[in-house]
Amino acid sequence: MAKSIDVSDLNIYYGDFLAVEDVTIPIAAKSVTAFIGPSGCGKSTFLRSLNRMHEVIRGARVEGKVLIDGQDLYGSDMDPVNVRRMIGMVFQRPNPFPTMSIYDNVLAGQKLNSKRMKKAESDDIVERSLRSAGLWAEVKDRLDRPGSGLSGGQQQRLCIARAISVEPEVLLMDEPCSALDPISTSVIEDLIHELKTQYTIVIVTHNMQQAARVSDETAFFNLSGVGKPGRLIEVGRTETIFSNPQDPATEAYIQGRFG
Amino acid sequence: MTTTLSSRNRDSGPVDIHEELYGAQLPSWAAKAVIGAGVLIGLALYLLGVNLVLAALVVFVVSLALPAWSVAVEGRRKATDRLVTVLVTSSFVLAMFPLVSILYTVISNGARVLSAEFFTYSMRNVVGEGGGIYHATIGTLLITGGAAVISIPIGLFAAIYLVEYADGNRLSRWIRFLVDVMTGIPSIVAGLFAYALFVLFFGEGVRLGVGGSVALAVLMIPVVVRSTEEMLKLVPNELREASYALGVPKWRTVAKVVLPTALAGIVTGITLAVARVIGETAPLLIIAGMTDSVNFNLFDGRMATLPVFTYSSVRSPGIPPEFSIDRAWGAALTLLVIVMLLNLVARLVSYFFSPKGER
Amino acid sequence: MTSTLEPSRKGSAVVRPGDRIFAGLSTGAGLAILVVLAGVAAFLTIEGIPGITASPDEVKSGKAFLPFVWPLVYGTLLAAVIALLIAVPVAIGVALFISHYSPRRLGQLLGYLVDLLAAVPSVVYGLWGIQFLAPNMAPAYKWLEDNLGFIPFFAGPAASGGRTILTVSIVLAVMILPIMTAICREIFLQTPRLHEEAALALGATRWEMARLAIFPYARSGIVSAAMLGLGRALGETLAVAMVLSVGVGSTVTANLISNDNPNTIAANIALIFPEASGLTVNALIASGLVLFVITFLVNFAARAIVDRRKEFSGAN
Repeated sequence: MAKSIDVSDLNIYYGDFLAVEDVTIPIAAKSVTAFIGPSGCGKSTFLRSLNRMHEVIRGARVEGKVLIDGQDLYGSDMDPVNVRRMIGMVFQRPNPFPTMSIYDNVLAGQKLNSKRMKKAESDDIVERSLRSAGLWAEVKDRLDRPGSGLSGGQQQRLCIARAISVEPEVLLMDEPCSALDPISTSVIEDLIHELKTQYTIVIVTHNMQQAARVSDETAFFNLSGVGKPGRLIEVGRTETIFSNPQDPATEAYIQGRFG
Repeated sequence: MTTTLSSRNRDSGPVDIHEELYGAQLPSWAAKAVIGAGVLIGLALYLLGVNLVLAALVVFVVSLALPAWSVAVEGRRKATDRLVTVLVTSSFVLAMFPLVSILYTVISNGARVLSAEFFTYSMRNVVGEGGGIYHATIGTLLITGGAAVISIPIGLFAAIYLVEYADGNRLSRWIRFLVDVMTGIPSIVAGLFAYALFVLFFGEGVRLGVGGSVALAVLMIPVVVRSTEEMLKLVPNELREASYALGVPKWRTVAKVVLPTALAGIVTGITLAVARVIGETAPLLIIAGMTDSVNFNLFDGRMATLPVFTYSSVRSPGIPPEFSIDRAWGAALTLLVIVMLLNLVARLVSYFFSPKGER
Repeated sequence: MTSTLEPSRKGSAVVRPGDRIFAGLSTGAGLAILVVLAGVAAFLTIEGIPGITASPDEVKSGKAFLPFVWPLVYGTLLAAVIALLIAVPVAIGVALFISHYSPRRLGQLLGYLVDLLAAVPSVVYGLWGIQFLAPNMAPAYKWLEDNLGFIPFFAGPAASGGRTILTVSIVLAVMILPIMTAICREIFLQTPRLHEEAALALGATRWEMARLAIFPYARSGIVSAAMLGLGRALGETLAVAMVLSVGVGSTVTANLISNDNPNTIAANIALIFPEASGLTVNALIASGLVLFVITFLVNFAARAIVDRRKEFSGAN
């Protein structure tokens, strides 16, 4: 069910400020694509434009095309709400809903949209999502406890379970491990490996080892200068980017010479 | 052992470090001793029949011996510090004085009036002794309830507009400004407004319970808007984003994620707002008026309320006055208990029902 | 082909009915506030104007509007300003005690205690003022008249019942104490810890630390707290109406301890309105409008000070 994404000539503006310029990138289905680059280079902004989450910020707009299986996300009759149902997202800091139990958190996508379900059906979704997120064994006895009582790493996996319970086509991850300890991080990384068999995954990370470990493709973003928009410098197979980058800036970044 | 810790001492030669650290200092029991002596003297004077205020004054004056002693031993800087400590502490004691005094007088005068009859009888056809505050209690509950019904939806949705929809546009700046202005409206002016409004429809001398509700709502709306706005702002943006990212439309996000997360705080704020207006007297005096009988209809005629009942019992007590004054104390105590209970409920709600792990 | 999007709020061509209803309700509630306040101003003006233009023999006071309202304005300002003079030092002291002198945990509890004062209804303050405070103050007024009678404020004759404007001011001071304390307390607690520690590290005593680090930071906050307190004191009705013994001829006097006191606008309305009729009502509404304007100006000044503070301090 996973879908591929084709982005062509995408410009992202905040008001009059051009934040990201002229990005063209294909994202293959059932693969992990990592975005790396220095802070402020627009990789998170670009990620958010893939499910129109950047529109939450006032004045944000895009030019260009984002096609998912040939459908333009920014078509004139496209509802951003539907886009987000199709393309899920996991955030930098775990953000389970504090008023909901673990069970309800997993079902949040359905519950918040007041979708009616039989108990057996919802139990099934919860178990399946938590199993996929590798959390089932740890929480199956306390599904009615608040989600905010879990550890940071567990909360993040709960958020992943929540994101995949609505069965999206694509999963976007915005630095999902930056707030976690090394052990939780490696658990999540293993999880990403498993999830890519079913989902198209796009992950933003600051951690180059992480990009090298989890991704099939890597895209390097950079600023052309202070106050200038971020650009996509190069994209390719992860091994290629890390062993034999085309652009000197990519090489400098990967060797830790800046950023 | 000698040292040259500071330049001051460098000039005057080596100084004993023990002297530097411990010298010229009041013993550690000095403060306790002086204050204790002051309190004892004050207590003794009070027991000997001196006025309480005067005795308290004596305690204060004796406490000033501490900075005086300090000047002699420790020098001016430390003495000033001790003086300020005495002043700051006494200002707190001073502030507690009216609180204790009010609670004591109201409870001691009011408690002996309270009885089953007091709560279940109105003042209809009562002269002198007897009667009760049934009519006024009903009126207070109905009018305040009416005010809540008007102001909670307006206040709640206005706050939602300010936080979730306005995005700092010009209208929202105006609304914030006007909410500030409304916060400052004197309560009697709110009463005059309600009168001026209803007089247009019902003619001169109009007295209606619902007018009281309108006046109280004017006072209540800004409090509800303010507290709700603060609570909505406390909801982390990440939760809204998490909801959007699940493909939830904005209005459902607000209704099912933002509001429930802020609910405890909002309920607390609304309860405090109710507590604030339930004791308002002036606007009700203007528009709801006073009557001796029970009136269940907000839209028909005068309606008694606890605060106005208290006021008019003192204002025109009749002859002999003591029964009426007693009833005023009883009504005041009842009102005070209601207000304190509302405050307590508000605190308990915010304590027990705030989302865990948030604050 | 390029699809360009308008800014987000018009971003999608699809608008859900739920969203439209919800946004409409919220915006409507915001507009309702505008309408209510416009209504307050409009209705008070409509009903007030006949009172301003009424001739002296048509109203109960028997005076034209300005001579009628002037002593009331004077009384209002006098009572409120004295209340402020009493309350400001106490509020600063209490706030400082709670924020910096008492143990942290105790501080919160003590804060609640002071907040309790704010919960007491004004009619209870009135009752307390007339039944407890006034009789207890009477001997003090006698003493002031005997010993300090040469000062115009204490010229006397001292009120034997103690129902003077000074008693009223004390009650008002107690009533505005909680709000002022609460604001001062908040601001004192916000003092940057680094400034405080810097002062302490220089060997400052606690008071010197307060002077060096807290007060410069909190000055404008204290001023705005005082203004808000003033606004409350100006509009307070019942406590004044119950406690104050009003002079026959609406006196304008500096004497604080006699029975012959100027009334305040709010208390005058409360006293006269229930039995008033005809143009007297309009004159009272007009005086209410004057009170509204005064409190508005005071609150506006307070707000302006707060805003300026925001600009300069860079904090919050």
